[in-house]
Formats: sequence, C-alpha cells, structure tokens
Amino acid sequence: MAQPLVKKDDDRDDEAEYSPFLGIEKGAVLQEARVFNDPQLDARRCSQVITKLLYLLNQGETFTKIEATEVFFAVTKLFQSKDMGLRRMVYLIIKELSPSADEVIIVTSSLMKDMNSKTDMYRANAIRVLCRITDGTLLGQIERYLKQAIVDKNPVVASAALVSGIHLLQTNPEIVKRWSNEVQEAVQSRAALVQFHALALLHQIRQNDRLAVSKLVTSLTRGTVRSPLAQCLLIRYTSQVIRESSNNTAGGDRPFYDFLEGCLRHKAEMVIFEAARAITELTNVTVRELTPAITVLQLFLSSSKPVLRFAAVRTLNKVAMTHPLAVTNCNIDMESLISDQNRSIATLAITTLLKTGNETSVDRLMKQITNFMSDIADEFKIVVVEAIRSLCLKFPLKYRTLMNFLSNILREEGGFEYKKAIIDSILILIRDIPDAKESGLSHLCEFIEDCEFTYLSTQILHFLGNEGPKTADPSKYIRYIYNRVILENATVRAGAVSTLAKFGALVDSLKPRIFVLLRRCLYDNDDEVRDRATLYLKCLGDEGEFGESDKDVKDFLFGTLDLPLSNLEASLQSYEPSEEPFDINSVPREVKSQPLAEKKAPGKKQSGLAAAPSAPTSVADAYEKMLSAIPEFSAFGRLFKSSAPVELTEAETEYSVNVVKHIFDGHVVFQYNCTNTVPEILLENVNVFVDASEAEDFTQVYSKPLRSLPYDSPGQTFVSFEKPEGVPAVGKFSNMLKFFIKEVDPTTGEAEEEGNEDEYQLEDFEVCAADYMVKVGVSNFRNAWESLGPDGERVDEYGLGVRESLAEAVSAVINILGMQPCEGTDVVPSNSRSHTCLLSGKFIGDVKVLVRLSFGIDGPKQVAMKLAVRSEDPAVSDTIHEIVANG
Amino acid sequence: MALESCPSVKNILLLDSEGKRVAVKYYSDDWPTLTAKQNFEKSVFSKTQKTNARAEAEIAMIENYIVSYKFVSDLHFFVTAGDDENELILATVLQGFFDAVGILLRNNVDKRSALENLDLILLCLDEIVDGGIILETEASVIAEKVASQGLDGGAPLSEQTISQAIATAREHLARSLLK
Repeated sequence: MAQPLVKKDDDRDDEAEYSPFLGIEKGAVLQEARVFNDPQLDARRCSQVITKLLYLLNQGETFTKIEATEVFFAVTKLFQSKDMGLRRMVYLIIKELSPSADEVIIVTSSLMKDMNSKTDMYRANAIRVLCRITDGTLLGQIERYLKQAIVDKNPVVASAALVSGIHLLQTNPEIVKRWSNEVQEAVQSRAALVQFHALALLHQIRQNDRLAVSKLVTSLTRGTVRSPLAQCLLIRYTSQVIRESSNNTAGGDRPFYDFLEGCLRHKAEMVIFEAARAITELTNVTVRELTPAITVLQLFLSSSKPVLRFAAVRTLNKVAMTHPLAVTNCNIDMESLISDQNRSIATLAITTLLKTGNETSVDRLMKQITNFMSDIADEFKIVVVEAIRSLCLKFPLKYRTLMNFLSNILREEGGFEYKKAIIDSILILIRDIPDAKESGLSHLCEFIEDCEFTYLSTQILHFLGNEGPKTADPSKYIRYIYNRVILENATVRAGAVSTLAKFGALVDSLKPRIFVLLRRCLYDNDDEVRDRATLYLKCLGDEGEFGESDKDVKDFLFGTLDLPLSNLEASLQSYEPSEEPFDINSVPREVKSQPLAEKKAPGKKQSGLAAAPSAPTSVADAYEKMLSAIPEFSAFGRLFKSSAPVELTEAETEYSVNVVKHIFDGHVVFQYNCTNTVPEILLENVNVFVDASEAEDFTQVYSKPLRSLPYDSPGQTFVSFEKPEGVPAVGKFSNMLKFFIKEVDPTTGEAEEEGNEDEYQLEDFEVCAADYMVKVGVSNFRNAWESLGPDGERVDEYGLGVRESLAEAVSAVINILGMQPCEGTDVVPSNSRSHTCLLSGKFIGDVKVLVRLSFGIDGPKQVAMKLAVRSEDPAVSDTIHEIVANG
Repeated sequence: MALESCPSVKNILLLDSEGKRVAVKYYSDDWPTLTAKQNFEKSVFSKTQKTNARAEAEIAMIENYIVSYKFVSDLHFFVTAGDDENELILATVLQGFFDAVGILLRNNVDKRSALENLDLILLCLDEIVDGGIILETEASVIAEKVASQGLDGGAPLSEQTISQAIATAREHLARSLLK
C-alpha cells in the first residue's frame, strides 16, 4: 500500500489532482529504502517502499548502476522476512532491477530455497525469478528442480516452469531439450493452461524436426485438447504441417483439413476464429474449402462485440484480395458495417466492398461511401482513396463515377497527406485511362484555383504542362494557369510560368497570346519568376528572333535530367562557390542503393532550369535512365521491357543476388543486384560468369563488373547479350558469381590488403516468351478488338489436361503470356464450368496484341481452351499460339 | 526463433484519462527507449480517446499493431499485439486484466484507488503475462493469485495503525522542515 503523502503546506482544493505519489522524489525514496537494513523488519513499511520504487521505475525513472546495486543488495536482506506479501514484492523488484551476473549469486541460494518450499506460491515465483535473471552456468544446478516443477501437481508451479523453459530455450537450447519427457507428460495435464504452455514448449523443442512435429499434430488432433488457447496453438501447428506437406500432395484431399473444419464448430470463439483464419490462409485454397470458414466469419460480422466484427472483417478483407468472389456473399452484412461506430471496422468493410464489388454495384457503393467520408479521420480516408484508385483501374468504364467522387472529396477539408493521395490517384487514372484525361485535368484545374499546398500546386502545374497541350482544346487551361501567376506565391508562380511556356512551345495557335502573358511576368517581383519568363521568351523566339531550333526548345522544356536527382542534390551541396563553375558532368550517374524505390523528394523546389520531373517516375523510367547512362548499353535503343527481379539465391545466404532482365530490340541486358550480407568481408571486382550454352540465339557482348561490394550496400553488375533483332528468342542461362574476397577487421571496418579469388554458384534462370510482352491495358476491350479486325486473327483450340480448378488454369495461361487481364476477367467465379478471359499487351516491336481465351472444364477436371489472338501483325498472332503450344 | 507461432502480447498499458501512466509493462523490444514507449502510448491514447469503449472492449490498428482496449471511470486499459495475432486471444487477455483489477479493487475502479493499490496492479500484470507469453486469462484465478499473499500483510490503507500514521506524519514534518 502506498502511503498518501498529504502535503499540508500546499494543500490543493483540486481533488482530482490527488495521488498517493504526489511529490515523490527518487532521492527520498532511496533514502527510505534503508529500512530494508533494519534488524527488526517492518514488512508493511518495506512493501510500501518497494511499491514506491516500482512506481518510479514505471514512470520511466532510471536508477544509476550504483543506485540499482545498492537497492538490490538491500532487497536481498528481505528474504529474512516470512511475510508473504513482502516476498511477492521482493520477487517483483528483483525482476525489474535485472541484476548483473555477479550480483545474482547473492540471491541464488535464497531463491533455490524458495523453489523447494512447501508453499506453491513461493515455488512458482522463485522459478520465474531465477530463470529470468540467471545465466547458463547456474542452470545446470537447478535443472533437476525445474524438471520436477514441470510435472508438479500444482498447475501454477508447472506453468511457471514451462513458461520459463520457453524463455530459456532461446539461450540454452541444449539443456531445455533434455526435458522433453517431462514436457510430454505435462501436455497430458488436466489443467488447461499447463497443457497450453507444455504444448508451446514441446513444439519449440521439436520445431526443426518436421517428422516429430507432424507426429505431435497427428496424435493431438485425434485426442482432446482442453484449453482454447492450446487448441489455437494446435491449429497453428497443423497449418504449418499442411504448408510443409502441401508440395507432395497435389490433388486429392488436403490432410488435416477435416480437423480445421471441425474446429469451426468449437465452443470457444477464439478457436473458431483461429480455424477460420487458418483455412483462409491455406496455400491454393479452393472455394469448396473456403466456404465453411467464410460462413462463420459472416456470422461474426453481425456480432455485438466490436472485437469479433473487427477480426472477421479484417480476415475477409485479406481473402478479398485473392478470392473476391468468395466474399461477395457477405456483402450485405459488410454494407451495414459502413456505419459501424468503430472506424477501423467501417474502413475495412469499405475497402473489402471495393475489392469484391462488381461493375454494377460501383455506383450504389460510391453513394454510401460519400456519406461515410465526412466523418472519418484522414488516415482512414487515404486507405479508401487508394482502394478506389485500384477499383477504377479494374473497371475503367466506371471512371466517370469514380473520378467525380475523387473530385468531390478533393473539394472538402483535409490535410496534406490526404489531398496528396487524391491527387496521386487522379494522376494515375489520367495516365492509365485515356478517356479520363479531359475530365481529370479540369478537376485538377479547379483544385488549383483554391489550393493551399504549394507542393501540390506545382506538381499539378507541371503535369498540366505536359498533358494539357495535347488535348483537344488546350486554350481552356490557360486561364487557370495564368490565375496562378496573379494570385499565388513565388514558387507556384515560377511553376506556372514554365507551364505557360510549354503550351507556347507545343501549340502554335496559342503562341502569340502566351507571349503576351509571359511578357507580363517580366515585371514580377520575384527573381526566379522573372528569370524564367525571360528565358522562355527568348527560347520560344519572341520578337521574331530565331532563338533555338524547335527540337532544342522541346528537349529543353520537356526533357528530363538523365541524372539521379539525389546524386545531383549531393553534388550541389558539396559544391563550394569558386571561380570554377559547377560541372554537371561531374555528377555520378550510378544509382546508389535502392535505385528503384518510388520515393519522391518532399518539398522539392523547381528552381533548376529544366523543370524537374514531378510526375511519379515509374520503375521502367528509372531502369531506362540507369541503363542509358552506361555507355556500352546506350546504343541498344529504347528499352522495351524490364522483368520483375528473379531471385538467384536462397534467402539468408552469404550473398543475395537477383536478376532483372532488360529486353531491347536486338539485345538483352541482365542486371544482377548483389548484396553482401556478411559484415566481416568485402568483395571486390564482382562479376557474373554466364553460361549461355542452352541459349543458342544469344551471344555475350559485354560484362560490366562491380568494383566493390561492401557489407549491406547493394550494388549492380551487368552482362549484355546480342540476339536476333525483333525475335522473341528464348533460352536458359546458368550463372556463377566470381569475385575477389577480402576480410574486414570488425573493429576498424577496414579491409585487409590480402585477398583470395572465390566463386559462388547461383541458380539458373530463363528468358521466356513472356519477357517480350508488356502489359498494356485497354479501356474498352470490345472496341479495341473490333478495330484490330479479323485480318490478323488466329484461332486454335488446346487441351490443358487435368487441372486443380478453372481458376488455376486461367492464371497459368495468363502467366505464360505475361499479358494484362482486362475488365476483371482474370477472376473466375466459383463453381463456374466455363470462363472467358480477355487479355491485352504489347509484343516486342511494339505490336499491339489482344487475346480472347475461352475455357471449359468437365467432370474429371479436364480443361479445354480456345485461344483467339488478334494483333497488328499476323506473324505475332502465330507467335502467341506457339508460346501457348510450348508452354 | 519461431516464437511467432505462440500467441504473444507486446505490452499492457493502464493509463489515466489524460494519457498518463498508471502502470505499464512492455514485453517486447519494439520500443527500445523511453521516448519510443511514450510516443506509442501517446498515439494509442489519442487515437482511442474519442471512442466509447465502456460497454464492450474495442479494438483498432495502431502503427501496425492491434490494440484492444476498454475504459472504465478515468482508467484506460490497453493490450497490444503484433498485427498477425488472433484478435480474440488479445481481447481475452484484456478482459482478464480488466476483470481481475475490478475484483482486486473491489469494483471501486478508478485512478485513485488504482494508485493506492499499485502493488496489487503490478502483481496482477505479473500474473497475466510473463515475458510476452500468456500465463493466465481467467480473472478470478489471477485475482486469487495476487490476493492470496496479502492475507496477513495486505490490510488496506485506511486501517493503518495509529503508530504508523504518526510515523508517517513525523516523516512529512521532517521533510517540510528540510526544505
């Protein structure tokens, strides 16, 4: 019990401020701790002092080493007292003080005595304290007692020993592993929690022995497990066993599925939920397996308990990413959750609905969301905006509704991050859905009329400058842009001037009027704005002068710096003003670690001469920029496609390497991203030796080694191959990493002089037909299909043999072709016997390709497919058929 | 280590109606410094402050953790776990803590009595979770384990003997003289 320190001298009227610890001070409490040394111990007084010490620690106060040691030694005296309450407080404070190894010895004998006490409470607590503070050396001495305790008939004692075992297993596995027999016995305990703790420990002892875990699961799933917590554990172990055995049981029933399904009828909600979640997370789960799990989750959705609703909707949200159709049954319950008091639940419900919704329900859904948006926090709104963006990309025909929604919420109140998410979404929609461009641009124009964020205004102005001149009626944007020159701050004004110049450069009919506007900007009171206006007037050829050639002007206005901006920034920062001008060629072109992170520098200023690119640069742009900076590759022409990285090493090896395949018209470049994960070594002259004997059409032309690869800073090495122009050549490549290895002194971080040559075998990879296909969506497949006409059409039928499901067959074909599914046709409705899938893409040589796939499945899961290809070049249509025939 | 397969708790927080600590216990290294801990508490408190978690336990995602919480009087109870934890297990731990405190404080649950009986609250935390592993979730069992030791020594403050009260008063007098 803490003493109320009623201070008479400054007695406050404010009763709410009262606290028994008011005015407590560390120094005074440490003084008080002297009572621990009294020959006649006052147990209650001592308890109070310990409580005060714990209060201080809990409030974040720290004791110096000396203070902690003093308190610890004083506390050890308290073992003399027989008072149970005091003893409990002593246990607590010893754990909190976490004494050092040499101090632990002082209390060891006292604690060991308590471990053998007749009082259960002493035994249980002494075990927990001793195991917490001990190191390995002592463990040998007390092991005997711990083994006894595990099978103690008092459940509290047994649990204390088992839980301590779980902790000790991390540091002293070899000792704890000797306790298997006792732990096994404890698994059979009738006490619920003992069973739970014993099961957890037993599994951890055996976790590396797959067979033993599998046996454990087999025997327990047949028996009875009493505690719901233990049952949850068993479910987790079971799904682990399923995961590990799934490779060799293709087809047929999944082992243990019946057990998981049975758990859905358990009486404890936590077990039901654990089982439902486990089922949804099974690899390649089928619709039939999913259904019972979805049904119980659906029941949870209408529970009165927020926790149940949250758990269910969160799980369904995850399922919706992979099996949207399986979740559609819950849509009605989900819609009622939009008005849930708990905003996390409401947001999850909405994003789930956005994922599962079909084209017809979009309008209704948007109406409901509009009401919801006004009363949630920005962070939730951002989640919703992102979900809407992906919905719009899925149903391009619905862009009107969704774009309207975005522009409406853009007008409402909101912070920077939220507005930025909306703007980013609109920009992406404009980029990917050509039909949405005009309306999107006018929404953006309206927004900048009343936008308080300089960053967003300049970003939109820049985008407008690139896209606006290419629209049907560019003149309508001029008003909005010029308003910025009149109304805004200097940064935005400068951005607007650049945008005006771009209109002038591209739209000849507007040029004279743009000159008038730019000349007005010559009187601006900001230097940057005036400079830009002068510059642009000059190079656009005002006053009839021939400034620059048309091409130069456009390059200047629209070209991008082919330098990584971060490198330029670093170089500029290290540049010291001197006679020598800044040389842009001195900026390193190599992209430093994480070359492709899509990060935009916040608060970036448009002060450079050429407007820096502010639209989000895509991964492809970054690759192109990086490759063109390497002289040996710059002559390869335009980069057609870059693949996703393919891992060439297992996880957690010394060196981690993945490869990105860059496809050019007549060449391929392999970019090996290497990471050295060993702190003690440095690699130099890193090179990949490629054996292309199984890729006959390819001839190696150049290899660019990596000079040095220090620990944990990724680097790239490149190998390029020549191949027949425009031909989708395929082949297999095997790889060997060669390098010069040097040891690094861990204390100084310096590499030793001496080193050895070494090599490291990497996995093989292939260049396949899909590498020559770029995913390009179309907004209206039917129109696009009609417009390509039947001339370049090739149709054939294929048997795909026995497949697990229709969905699996569809996704396999999509993967082989590497094309973009259109209109959401990559999703196969459950139980359907046939399905049509529409794909679109661009084949090497920039040939537009459309594919219509019709699938059918019969009783014994035989899948047949009709493949219709239309493209601008009949030869490409034939190639697509060849790909499928060989796939 | 495959500890993730065992249900685990990252922290238990008991805050007052202004977000100040009454008692907290961290079982994870996710918040290595005092500042990190306090920032997390601030964020948890402010994001749940306006919700009504009095009748039923509520739950939210905060900074990629799931936090289950329940309020009574001027006390806010929180239990935090990683984002892949079973929400219902978490809620069970919260309910166990919440009810056990109710029993220990004889249903007089507010900040003042929690501070006056801080030793019981701390012991209660100690009996619910050990190093992140759930020890016990049944409120009556937790309360029994905490209270069983206090049979002789745990007389409440109001029953202090005269001599102790005098000793306390003397101590205060001395301290005020020193200032």
